Amino acid sequence: MDELQFRIIEWIIKALISSFVLLTGFAYMTFAERKIAALMQTRLGPNRAGPWGLLQPAADGIKIFFKEELIPGGADKVIFILAPIITVIPALILMAVIPWGPPMPKGYLGLPYDVPLGIADLNVGMLFILSVASIAVYGVVLAGWSSNNKYALLGGIRSTAQMVSYELALGLSVIGPVMLAGSMSMLGIVRAQSQVWYILLQPLAAVIFYLAALAEVNRAPFDMPEAEQELTAGYHTEYSGMKFTLFFMAEYIKMIAVSAIFVTLFLGGWQGPFVDQAPLLGVGYFWLKIFGSLYFMIWTRSTHPRLRYDRLMALGWKVLLPLALANVMVTAAALLGDQVILSAVLSVVGLIALIVIGAGVVRARRGQAVAARRARA
Amino acid sequence: MFTEIVRGFWTTFKQSFQPARTIEYPEVKKPVSQRFKGRHELKRYDNGLELCIGCALCAAACPADAIFVESAENTDEQRFSPGERYASTYEINMLRCIFCGFCEDACPTEAIVLESNYELSFTNRESSIYTKEMLIVPVPAGGQPTPQKVAPGTFDRSIPEMKDPD
Repeated sequence: MDELQFRIIEWIIKALISSFVLLTGFAYMTFAERKIAALMQTRLGPNRAGPWGLLQPAADGIKIFFKEELIPGGADKVIFILAPIITVIPALILMAVIPWGPPMPKGYLGLPYDVPLGIADLNVGMLFILSVASIAVYGVVLAGWSSNNKYALLGGIRSTAQMVSYELALGLSVIGPVMLAGSMSMLGIVRAQSQVWYILLQPLAAVIFYLAALAEVNRAPFDMPEAEQELTAGYHTEYSGMKFTLFFMAEYIKMIAVSAIFVTLFLGGWQGPFVDQAPLLGVGYFWLKIFGSLYFMIWTRSTHPRLRYDRLMALGWKVLLPLALANVMVTAAALLGDQVILSAVLSVVGLIALIVIGAGVVRARRGQAVAARRARA
Repeated sequence: MFTEIVRGFWTTFKQSFQPARTIEYPEVKKPVSQRFKGRHELKRYDNGLELCIGCALCAAACPADAIFVESAENTDEQRFSPGERYASTYEINMLRCIFCGFCEDACPTEAIVLESNYELSFTNRESSIYTKEMLIVPVPAGGQPTPQKVAPGTFDRSIPEMKDPD
């Protein structure tokens, strides 16, 4: 077998594994969410299908396959069908550039060539992620528009505004790690964290990234596009059966992907003790960290209520964006002067600023509301 | 703002170590309160005779018209209940029943009692009609199943003498 053949087979296998893991991950993510949320609400969660309810995702899947799919009368059929596909595909291919573990050296596990764990190691991996992630917005917007439903349209519009606003902060917050690593390749960024994780050097960027990522994947407390109490289900109000599942799938796969990106950028990816001796251990560390991040997302959802829409926008534009910009500047200046530690210190200062300014924005709004109420009375 | 966020996280984290309050229904059944009004039961005397005398006062009292009673004559060879008559058909439509308990109040012999069974699910309208066989309690130990053959003149009185007739 020559190298080209080997590479082609390798890519196909890795792509299959990646999709399979993500789809199974999605199924068990819904299960984990229900179980963990149940735990926090002193309930039991799904426990009927299989031992400890472990077959619940399979039961859900079978149920959903047999569900009737409705297309509303006034809907734009082509776009209505296309929208869930546009949403789910970018979520799946986001993971393509993320390394799951250190490259398997030649001869390890009887492989004739060295095998990088990760479908592709693009030298512009970070740009690829940012551009692919923004495609998913189209799916949501088109779903909202083509449903011919006011709630769906409102959900779609909300999600456009929200995703556009938070994408700025997201894009700016990843510049910190990219500058520190001096590389846009995800593998390069992970390699650069062999000594210290970037969450310690860039805590502000990490927090901004996490908040913006929560907003990007429409998770609580930023799940305005699908605010049940206000918009029934938001952009997927009119969707049912498998098409609804695709949106659901996209949301959860994006959660996994965003967690993977967070882990790669700030938590050292597959780095961990003894990875050099046993490269496969890296895959374990990688998924362990991802699960930690996902747990935190579920935790957040079962803890905090949804933000009001104007406050969401205020947080995005008035707090996260300026701080992300400041963080980029400070990091750049510190790198120029070779003062990485100083930039970390400044980042901590920035984190405190985030809290103070965030509190200030909320308080100012509260003050305005009180003043307005007094004026009316 | 920040302390509230952290406190929120801490609260949910603490809660996740609390034992679940869920009662796993089909396996574990929570006892109902003493005055719970569940499915009706038609009672029997200790000797096995039915309390119901087929007077249809329950049907008359029923605001939802859920009860249907048809009565027939008792004889000493074929005795179902004390007195002249017994209920040959006794049906309650559980889709109509509102569990108000008026039938209980109307019954002169305290034959019908709303008991604690609340598992009243059915998949079609026909099975919502509970017949006398489904409602009547099993024959108590030491009693005889109805109809009984009794000595003439022993069970002429339909309504038993009660200590507290109110």
